Order: sequence, then C-alpha cells, then structure tokens
Amino acid sequence: MLEDKDRIFTNLYGFDGWNLAAARRRGVWDGTGDIIKKGQPWVVEETKNSGLRGRGGAGFPTGMKWSFMPKPSDKPHYLLVNADESEPGTCKDRDILRYDPHRLLEGVLIAAFAINAHTAYIYVRGEYYNEASHLQQAIDEAYSYGLLGKNACGSGWDCDVYLHRGAGAYVCGEETALMESLEGKKGQPRNKPPFPAGAGLYSCPTTINNVETIASVPEILRRGATWFSGFGRPKNNGTKLFSISGHVEQPCNVEEAMSIPLKELVEKHAGGVRGGWDNLLAIIPGGSSTPILPREICDTVLMDFDALREVRSGLGTAAVIVMDKSTDVIYAIARLAKFYMHESCGQCTPCREGTAWLWRMMQRMVRGDATVAEIDQLLDVTKEIEGHTICAFGDGAVWPVQGLIRHFKPQMIERIEQYRKIAKAA
Amino acid sequence: MPKLTINGTELEVAPGTSVLQACEQLGIEVPRFCYHDKLSVPASCRMCMVEIEKTPKPVASCAMPCGDGMVVHTDSPMVKKARENVMEMLLINHPLDCPICDQGGECDLQDQAVSYGMDHSRYNEAKRAVTDKELGPLVKTVMTRCIHCTRCVRFVDEICGTPELGGINRGEHLEIGTFIDRALTSEMSGNLIDICPVGALTNKPAAFTARAWEFQKTDSVDVFDAIGSNIRIDVRGNEVMRVLPRLNEDVNEEWINDKTRFAIDGLKRQRLDKPYVRRDGKLQPATWAEAFAVIAERLRNTAPDRVGALAGPMVDCESMFALKSLMLALGSPNMDCRSDGADYDISSRAGYIMNSGIAGIEDTDAVLLIGTNPRHEGTLVNARIRKRWLRGGCRVGMAGAPVDLGYPYKHIGDTPQALADLASGRHPFAATLKNAKKPMFILGAGALARPDGAALHRAVRELAEQFNIVRDDWNGFNILQMAASRVGGIDIDFLPQTGGSGARGILSGKMEIIWLLGADDIDMQHIGNAFVVYQGHHGDAGAHRADVILPGAAYTEKSGIYVNTEGRPQMALQAVFPPGEAREDWKIIRAFSDAIGETLPFNTLAELRRSMIEFAPVLGDIGHCRKAEWKKFGKEGDVSAAPFVPVIANFYMTDPISRASVTMAKCTDEILPLITPVAEAAE
Repeated sequence: MLEDKDRIFTNLYGFDGWNLAAARRRGVWDGTGDIIKKGQPWVVEETKNSGLRGRGGAGFPTGMKWSFMPKPSDKPHYLLVNADESEPGTCKDRDILRYDPHRLLEGVLIAAFAINAHTAYIYVRGEYYNEASHLQQAIDEAYSYGLLGKNACGSGWDCDVYLHRGAGAYVCGEETALMESLEGKKGQPRNKPPFPAGAGLYSCPTTINNVETIASVPEILRRGATWFSGFGRPKNNGTKLFSISGHVEQPCNVEEAMSIPLKELVEKHAGGVRGGWDNLLAIIPGGSSTPILPREICDTVLMDFDALREVRSGLGTAAVIVMDKSTDVIYAIARLAKFYMHESCGQCTPCREGTAWLWRMMQRMVRGDATVAEIDQLLDVTKEIEGHTICAFGDGAVWPVQGLIRHFKPQMIERIEQYRKIAKAA
Repeated sequence: MPKLTINGTELEVAPGTSVLQACEQLGIEVPRFCYHDKLSVPASCRMCMVEIEKTPKPVASCAMPCGDGMVVHTDSPMVKKARENVMEMLLINHPLDCPICDQGGECDLQDQAVSYGMDHSRYNEAKRAVTDKELGPLVKTVMTRCIHCTRCVRFVDEICGTPELGGINRGEHLEIGTFIDRALTSEMSGNLIDICPVGALTNKPAAFTARAWEFQKTDSVDVFDAIGSNIRIDVRGNEVMRVLPRLNEDVNEEWINDKTRFAIDGLKRQRLDKPYVRRDGKLQPATWAEAFAVIAERLRNTAPDRVGALAGPMVDCESMFALKSLMLALGSPNMDCRSDGADYDISSRAGYIMNSGIAGIEDTDAVLLIGTNPRHEGTLVNARIRKRWLRGGCRVGMAGAPVDLGYPYKHIGDTPQALADLASGRHPFAATLKNAKKPMFILGAGALARPDGAALHRAVRELAEQFNIVRDDWNGFNILQMAASRVGGIDIDFLPQTGGSGARGILSGKMEIIWLLGADDIDMQHIGNAFVVYQGHHGDAGAHRADVILPGAAYTEKSGIYVNTEGRPQMALQAVFPPGEAREDWKIIRAFSDAIGETLPFNTLAELRRSMIEFAPVLGDIGHCRKAEWKKFGKEGDVSAAPFVPVIANFYMTDPISRASVTMAKCTDEILPLITPVAEAAE
C-alpha cells in the first residue's frame, strides 16, 4: 500500500483548505521558479525518465508528447488542460479541481514552460460549476501573488492561464473536439493528421494534457524521476488516482501505486465488494468505455496499462466500476450504449448511425427479444464502428458491448431462450 | 515531391496532395460523399477509406496527405470491408424511397450502393424520420434522406458567405437546417441541389416533373448576366426541364446562380409565338408576310438616317451582326448595342472587358470595386472574390453603395470622390493598392451607364495607371459587364457608324423607325412617335410599345455566340425549337432583307458566322480569351459628385425571361425582403 509520504495529492479528500495559503503548507508552489530555471531540456527529460504516462485514458508518455512540439517559430504555442472529465465512473479530476487547484496551476506553469507556451487554457466540464469556481479563484490568487502572469514565480517565464467552461458534451473531452469547442465552434473532433503538436488550437502547435497528468508533474520534478518511476511495473510507473464506485462498501477516490492488484485495491480502499468478493459479478476497470471483466480475471489482474490490455480491457481513467451478482449486466451495458448514442457528435457515419443501432439492439437483448444469431450480428456491428471513425469515441462506444459479448454471451443466450419460453407459453 | 505507390503503381505528386487526389490522378475511383474538391475536407462520411501499409486502421483518403514512400491499396479486403460497413451504416436510416425520389438515377448513394451495398438489410429496428425544413422557393428538402455529409453547410459557409445552414443536435439526432425556418438568401443556393449527394435537397420548381434519364442534354451558355456561365440544358420533348452548370474552371467553376437555374419557367410564359401588327391601335396577329410588308412600306417612306436599331442584353452576336448588315444595307448608321445609354470610349478592347479574366481574381491581392455590386451583377465573380478573400492575403475596397457582399471590405465612399481620395493618397486603401503585387479594379457597367460614365471610365483608367494596375505580366483593369450581348456587340461594332446616332440619339425622339432587337430595358417614353419594330421572344416592355412584333428565339432555342465580360466568345447550342411561328433571329432578319430586295449575303448560319468572324476575328477563338492590348482611352469630361447607386434593385427580375418566371416571382416575394442592404458588412 502506498505510504502517505509518497502521495502527490495530499488534499484529495478536502480535509485541508484549497486556497493558496493551505496549498503552500502542503508544499505546492515550493521552488517552482527554481525548477523552471533548470531549463526546458531538463524538465522534458526528467518527465520522460519518470515514466509518467497520460492519465486521461490513452496512456501516452507525457514527456514524449512534450518533445513532439516544434521549435519556437512566429506561431504561438498553447497548452491545453483537459478538465472535461465526463467518463461515467470517473471523478478523480474533480477532486483535484475543487480541493487542490493550486497543484494543477503549478503544473500548468511548468508544462507551459516545457512546451514553449505562454498561454494555457483549462477547459472545465460545464457541470463542474463549483470546481470551476475554485479554480478561477485559485488562478486569481496565483496572479495576485505573481505565481502566474508576467515573470511567473520569478522564473522569467510569462504564462497566462485562462479557464473555459464547456457546455456539457462528453465528446468535448476528445482533444480535437475540445479545441473546436474552445474556438467557439461545434464540438466535433478533427481528423488527424494534422496532429495537435503541429496544428492544434487556432492551427498553432498545441499540447493537451489531462488534469491529473499536469498536476503530478511538479511533485515528480521536485522529488525526482527515480522516485516516481519506483512505483509500479516497468513502463507503468508512478502513482495513480483510482475512482472506485458501484457495489462496494465505501466508494472512494484513492491514490495508489500503479500495478496494484485490482482485488487489493477494491478490498483495501473501498471496503470490499458488497457481500464479499465471492458476490462479485464483474468489474469495469477503467471507466465506462473499457471492456468489462468477469470475476475470474478480476481475481488476479493488476491495475496498469499493460496488464489490462493483456486481458483485452484498458486502464482508461482508472475508474473502477464494481458490479455484484445482483446486477443485470446486460441492462448495465445497454445503459452505457444509450449514453454513447446520446453523446456521439454525429459527425461521422459509423458512430452516428452505429451507436444508435447498438442501443436499439441492446434494448432487445435486455428483454431477450432477439435471436442468438443477432448476438453475432451485434458483435459485427461493433466491429463496423471500431477503427472506422474520426476519433476514438467510436472505439470507446463499442468496447463495453464487445466486453459483454466476450464474457457474458451465455447469459445473453439464456435471456433470449427465457423470453422465447414465455412468449411461447403466452 | 512525395513519391508513393498506389495499387502497385508508383507516382509522384505535388506536396499537399491527398491520397484521394493521387488515386484520381491514376484514374482509380474512390467513393465519397462528404468530400468535394471545392469545399473544405471534414472526412466525416468515411466512405473513401483506403489501406495504407504500416497503419493498423483504414484511413480516410480525402484527408490524408500523401507521404513519401506510402504504399496504398484501394482494393484490399480491408478496404472493401470498411466501405461496405460505412455503406450499411448510411443505408440503415435511409428511407430507400428511390422510386419516388427526384435524385433517382443521378444519386451518389444509389450508385455507390451498387458497388458496396448489401443485397438485404440487417437493420430490424425502427428507422429514423426527420422533419423537412423550409429553405425557400428553390430548394426542396426531404431530410429523412439526408446522410449528414455537410456539403451544403460548407457550401453556404465557404462559397456563398451566407452561413445559414448548420447541424443541429448530436449523434443520430443530428439534423441539417437553418434552425429558424427561413428561406436561404444566397443567390447561388440552387447549387445545393447539385452538391447534395442524395435526394435530401432537390429542385423545388422541378419536383416530380421528370426523371434524370429522360433528358436530352445540350451544352449552352448562360445569358442572364455577362459571366457566360457554362450550362447544360436538359430537355424533354420540346420543353426545357432544367438547367445545370457545366464545369469550366476559368469561368463559373461548377456553379451557376439561381436566376440561371430557375428562371427557365419564364421561357414558357408571355411568349411571342406569332407576328403581330398594330392595327387600329391594337396589336393583332398577322402572318410573317403581312408583318414584313408593313415594315417595308414604312421603310420606303422614311429617310435612312431616320431609322435606328438597338440591341438588348440577351442577344447573340449572330443576330446583331445580321441586323447590323441589314441597317448598313438600308443605309442607316444609327445603331447601338449599349441600350443602357453608355457611351464610354471603346476604341481599345482592354477598355471594355475584364482583362485579368475571372480566374485571374485568384491571383490578385487587392481588389477595388467601383460602382458595382458584384453579388448581383456577376454572382460568380463575387464568388471568386470571396474565394480569394477566404484564402487570406487579399484586401477588398469598395467605392460605391455599401452592400453585403458576403466578405468584409473597406468602404471608401459612395461617390466618385472616393476615387479622388485614392488618387491623392488621402484614403489608407491607396497604400494597400500601391503595395499590392497584383492589384485589380472592377468597374461596374452600371456606373458606366451614368451620364458621366464616359468621364468616369477615363478617370478610372488614369487611376489604374497611377497605381500601376497594368503591368507587363498583369492587367487588373476590369469592367464587369452586366449584359451577355455587350462585349460581343462592341466586338462586331454594333455601334453608331460614321455620322450615326447611338442609344441616346436614337432615343431622343428624332427617329421615325426604331428596330428593337430584344431591347426592353429602355425608357419607352423616349421613343416618341417612332414606328417600333420589336424583334424578341417575350411580351415585355418592348412588345407592348411595338407597332410590329417579329417573334424571335430565346437563348435555348438558337445556336449563338456570346462573348462574356472577359472577352471570351462561347457558343450556345440549340436545345429546343422556338414556339409557334417564332424563328431564329438571324433567319428573320435574313428573310426580311429578302422581302425588301436587299438580300443579305449569307444563306446559312455557318456563312453568317464566317463573315462575322472575318469582320471580328476575336470571335473565332471559341472558348478562349485573347489578351487585349492596353492603349490610352477615355473621353474628356467631368465626373459628377452623384453617389453610385445599386443598378439592380431586384436580382430575381432583370430581364423579360425572369420577369415572366413564376419561380422568380416567388423569390421576389420570399427572398428579396430578407436581403436588406446592410452597412455592417463593411469594415
């Protein structure tokens, strides 16, 4: 279990204040200027060495992402912070925004410096009203103490930070849709290439990172890359916030070392599954878009990017959704399918038409009003969407259904047979 | 220059070429719905996916730039599956009502479903239905058929500059519409019908009248303005059913304006289908022989210098040349093709054409509009200016009435004083013009028809020379003509001959006989007591005033050469026959010359053309612009301080055909009130 001294997010539960004075007590904004004075190559290299991978879901190495930024030119560089946390089950960024906003801002300054940006935008989910309010007050505080703005922290680096509130669309958490939305357009993902590092916000070089990623950076640089890379398995380093919800005794957000066994995570921090581990049906390990895992896999799987990929799921945002045996798992996945249908931007064909098709078929699967052959057709439809869309939303929308069919096909067949029996009797 | 391999063939392409374009260069067909080569690339339909080696997923080829060493496959199993999958997705909510759809037979979805569609549907759920949208009198919507390619949205945003369409809602609830049910105000909205790949946007006036495969197609040229848009006339029987644009990158690209497309119902109304002679104060039907006899009788008793002829804006060169020959045979020097009364100096061809060409607009970096509203006077010129402006690095100035052009411009003033301000450098736009690499003036024909038009013409020429508009490799002095007949008329010298009168003289009341060749837009009060012969196709102003009516042919009913504002002669072919006893105009004049014993020296259209091209060789170069030599031109005179005023009050009704059109009347009712002159478009 992660020791308290190794926690980055020391105010995750809001026991301490969120303002500047309290944040400083916890060590935020400590020697930020000195870190910056070590220069860009050092910051990027140290971040690379720490093994920090993006915490937004895709797990792309952060230092490498920063190094993709082109050499300074007449075009401005931008840093975007993705605080449009909307993945069902995920609430880690929320607690950073409301209880530890200064930790994020410190990271913003360092990351902006690392990628040659003088301007950073934080795009906050529209529903996060209080969180945005805290963050804005924190920004104002930081400005008034010279921590942001001209010559931020006495480092000689100018950095302006703007907060932008979204309007509540899940797809705006997709990086290029976020840029479109920020530019004042309809939040629809852009086709890639060009990638944001080449032409992102306002067609200028842009780096976009998740809140947790950015907020982790200052502490990593203060304590050193080796400290951070000491946690977890190789290539899956560091500590990570896990959001545990569903049928557990104590749903919670918790910071833990990467590669912790899923079972240990749930039992140690969330008080275990309701009715004991044996009452477990399945777990969605990384937010609603990652495929569901049945109990057999949950027994042993480790919580990191590679281990979960091996069992054909993903770490995603590390939002662990626990379902006990009282769950109608077909209905649960159908509900997710409805979510994705509702949140599809509608721009590209497979996702616009396909997510609605999936939901309609899933509704019948819940009742059992289908044929067994239609289960294969359902899988085929998911394959028609997957990999054919502009953004990763299409993939994320079909994975829950694929996970269901992969692990719970017998239950689906049973549902269909039951329905037929009743229909025949009637 | 990236080198790539497509289906085993290696080729080198220009940097920035997309994979789809590279495939096209090799003649490989790539299916697409959202991609259109004149619009931005959203890559949203996902139909054009190809396989690129070393990429795990199929790639949308329209948005993928060619890279060096890329290996592309367009016929692999992965590609086939991806396209079939997209096609299935497109069809699940498509109504499949092809038998009652006007797009049937020329539908991209239909065509591509043949290649990539399944023989049955696996979709067992309820289909989506979408409420139709009201887009005005021209474009009919059946939104359930929409496949959300957003070509229409991008067209009105990018080409028209009237961003009135957009996508509302998300996911499968995404609907294309105007949000408020209001007619589209673009004067190019008819092109939406062509770019819509399915039957969601169709031709409202032509709804349910014909199927695409029933038409006989004839290449022609538009005569509603002086752009000379290349068109295709679709005919069933002897009826013009619709007009479509033909691709000509130098002239109209692939667009036409709404008048060109929709005014054709005017060809069936108010037609002059037999000769008339005024007897006892009333126009009464007559035979050709009777009509000719009445005119001949009058001519016998009139001195030749008391006979005048005016040609209207839609007349072909051949008719004018025939009439000119007739007038000369009669001994009359009084004729003018500039029925609007303009009398600026036309001694140099460079002084009355658009020297840079329409495509030349794409090279310019500063445009000065003088006394013109190109949006209404030459819609496709305006579209080009907008296209150029959209690319960036081009500034537009306006000396004229402030109007909404669909792009921002610097309003310099609405009187000719603006030109003086530029000449003196008092206005900052002078610096823009001075520093421009390829500056351009566009002088409206309306301004040239002002009483001080001739002096204005000279003033603008002088200003052009001051700003070095004319250089060795660039001539940015442009006249935007409004009449399809104008440049051709001047080229064949349908102008006052030595000692003769022009339009102003002819209309001063001293003529005893006036021959109006399709000239309706003149003040009939000025004709006085003259005996009027009206030769034309519509019962409009001229016919009402006429003493003898000779029924002629409209532009769809005769083959003729028209010279557009660039000085580009183009040939229109005959699509249908003139109604009733109406005849092609040159034949009427030839027959009349025979009747009065002054037989003109041509028996066929080919002979006429031969002598016409002999007279004006520039007309022989069909389809091409010849560079006009720059000479000093201009007449002395003072430019008045009167403000420039818009010369077209109603874009939808400018000539006898559009005035007779029911569709254009609907546009006048519904769209015109929405196009209010606004000043806020100016910077």
